[in-house]
Amino acid sequence: MAPLDDAKPVATPDEEGTAASGGGRFLKAIYVYEVPVRIWHWVNALAITVLSVTGYLIANPLPSMPGEASANFLMGYIRFVHFAAAYIFTIGFIGRLYWAFAGNHHARQLFRFPFWDRHWWGELFLEARWYLFLERKPKLYVGHNPLAQFAMFWAIAVGSVFMIVTGFALYSEGAGLGSWQDKLFGWVIPLFGQSMDVHTWHHLGMWAILLFVIVHVYAAVREDIMSRQSIISTMISGVRTFKDAEAPADEEHERPVKKAARVG
Amino acid sequence: MATLETFYEVMRRQGITRRSFLKYCSLTAAALGLGPELVPQIVHAMETKPRTPVLWLHGLECTCCSESFIRSAHPLVKDVVLSMISLDYDDTLMASAGHQAEAILDEVMEKYKGNYILAVEGNPPLNQDGMSCIVGGKPFTDQLRKVAKDAKAIISWGSCASFGCVQAARPNPTRATPVHEVITDKPIIKVPGCPPIAEVMTGVITYMLTFDRIPELDRQGRPKMFYSQRIHDKCYRRPHFDAGQFVESFDDEGARKGYCLYKVGCKGPTTYNACSTVRWNEGTSFPIQSGHGCIGCSEDGFWDKGSWYARQSDILQFGIEANADEIGTTAAIGVGSIIAAHAAVSALKRAQHKGDV
Repeated sequence: MAPLDDAKPVATPDEEGTAASGGGRFLKAIYVYEVPVRIWHWVNALAITVLSVTGYLIANPLPSMPGEASANFLMGYIRFVHFAAAYIFTIGFIGRLYWAFAGNHHARQLFRFPFWDRHWWGELFLEARWYLFLERKPKLYVGHNPLAQFAMFWAIAVGSVFMIVTGFALYSEGAGLGSWQDKLFGWVIPLFGQSMDVHTWHHLGMWAILLFVIVHVYAAVREDIMSRQSIISTMISGVRTFKDAEAPADEEHERPVKKAARVG
Repeated sequence: MATLETFYEVMRRQGITRRSFLKYCSLTAAALGLGPELVPQIVHAMETKPRTPVLWLHGLECTCCSESFIRSAHPLVKDVVLSMISLDYDDTLMASAGHQAEAILDEVMEKYKGNYILAVEGNPPLNQDGMSCIVGGKPFTDQLRKVAKDAKAIISWGSCASFGCVQAARPNPTRATPVHEVITDKPIIKVPGCPPIAEVMTGVITYMLTFDRIPELDRQGRPKMFYSQRIHDKCYRRPHFDAGQFVESFDDEGARKGYCLYKVGCKGPTTYNACSTVRWNEGTSFPIQSGHGCIGCSEDGFWDKGSWYARQSDILQFGIEANADEIGTTAAIGVGSIIAAHAAVSALKRAQHKGDV
């Protein structure tokens, strides 16, 4: 793939609204997700899958293993995989947080919740209406649409922090008093009441993230098919392509870069 | 009444030899996790220190803490502790009763102002002006506040005093309240358990009297020496847990083989106590050893964290009882059905508008 500059259109329609011509051909492409964001996305997806499966098996263990205890270590392996994946999940999240500062402005969207922006809420409800079949067609977005941003902020940004904090608090119980996990996260357990409560909340947190994953995958597939912009391939190539000439609703953010690109 | 006899004098008076006394001191050091170099310090303290008066109050409780306490496994420990703390008031154990007993309370409070230890078994109910627990004609809440005012430190015996226990379980009609939420200006040592292990009780009290300071406490105010690890961490069935060998029901082959009780609701992995090391009744056994899972009796609000026979605790909301997985599965099926319907409608819409963008 040819290197792409930030948000530089690689194929633009002719100036001032030339009609969309070819079916299936895209008219505009904008580089949205940089390499670290894409790597994190897929590593994180894998980590969440592994964590959910192993976490579920820790709460609901498999049928008993036959033979001597000394010849088996199934629960130990499951817990090891859970903890290893948790470290990858956490380190990935910290890296992703760093990239929100180092990367382009799309990298910041996951961590932003523009509560005071009336316009943003308006577009969020518009997007919700589109999903409820009340709007004829949705707006186009270079980044996430407001509804997606809302869900990602709560499920992934806040949800990950919640799972990391409760997870390390539970891990500190095994690591023992005085371990760094205990020093950093041990206060969480009395905050929730007792260890059992933290377990329950950690479990509910998993289900909340899984519900997000279900909706996320469905919406991504559906949007890829039904809307006029690329979704799934964007998280692989990093490039958002548009199937018609309408300006994306959040394109104003792109303009300064684009103008510079055009001049240069 | 309390005289200024030292522990050692009391013990000698009771016919305990010096040899036995020294043995007791080394045993105490070992029980408290102290090195041998601290044994002389214990000996010295016991020989020179006057006994500290302990006032033992009983609120809303079942007396299981006292029952446990008087069964302190090592007989010597029992004898010694009952004489070394000058247990000047304990309405369950003391001989006197009525006005005579209450007079002792006032006398000790006055004579040893700011220098006695208050041990509380049970907790005060705050609803109906404390009428749900009356001691000597007055609400227990009043007695607790009065005696706590001049106490050096407070020991919260058992889960009642520490966390509320059964009388504070949902819906807690009398508003039974743990001691630390009523008395907020004194150092409080929580010794939870329903009841706490006898040796833990005597250990805590011995430490306080010997070293004249409260033991090191964890975040929740429990002595670290007995409550810093979970039952699970030192459980003799732990290898079966790691191996993935579980009792599936109480009469299966796994139960006979002594497999891990995790799947039948053992709360060992979430319970901080010394049962798996100290055990009960002279180290004879403890719940897990007798084939029943730990119910987590030394944890905050354990009555509301049932079932004791399922790994995941029930969440009571809107009168519906379900655990996290049941809630999650229901939600996932719900969302899944909505998505299926949504996808169907989407496909129909798309077919309807085929051609127009």
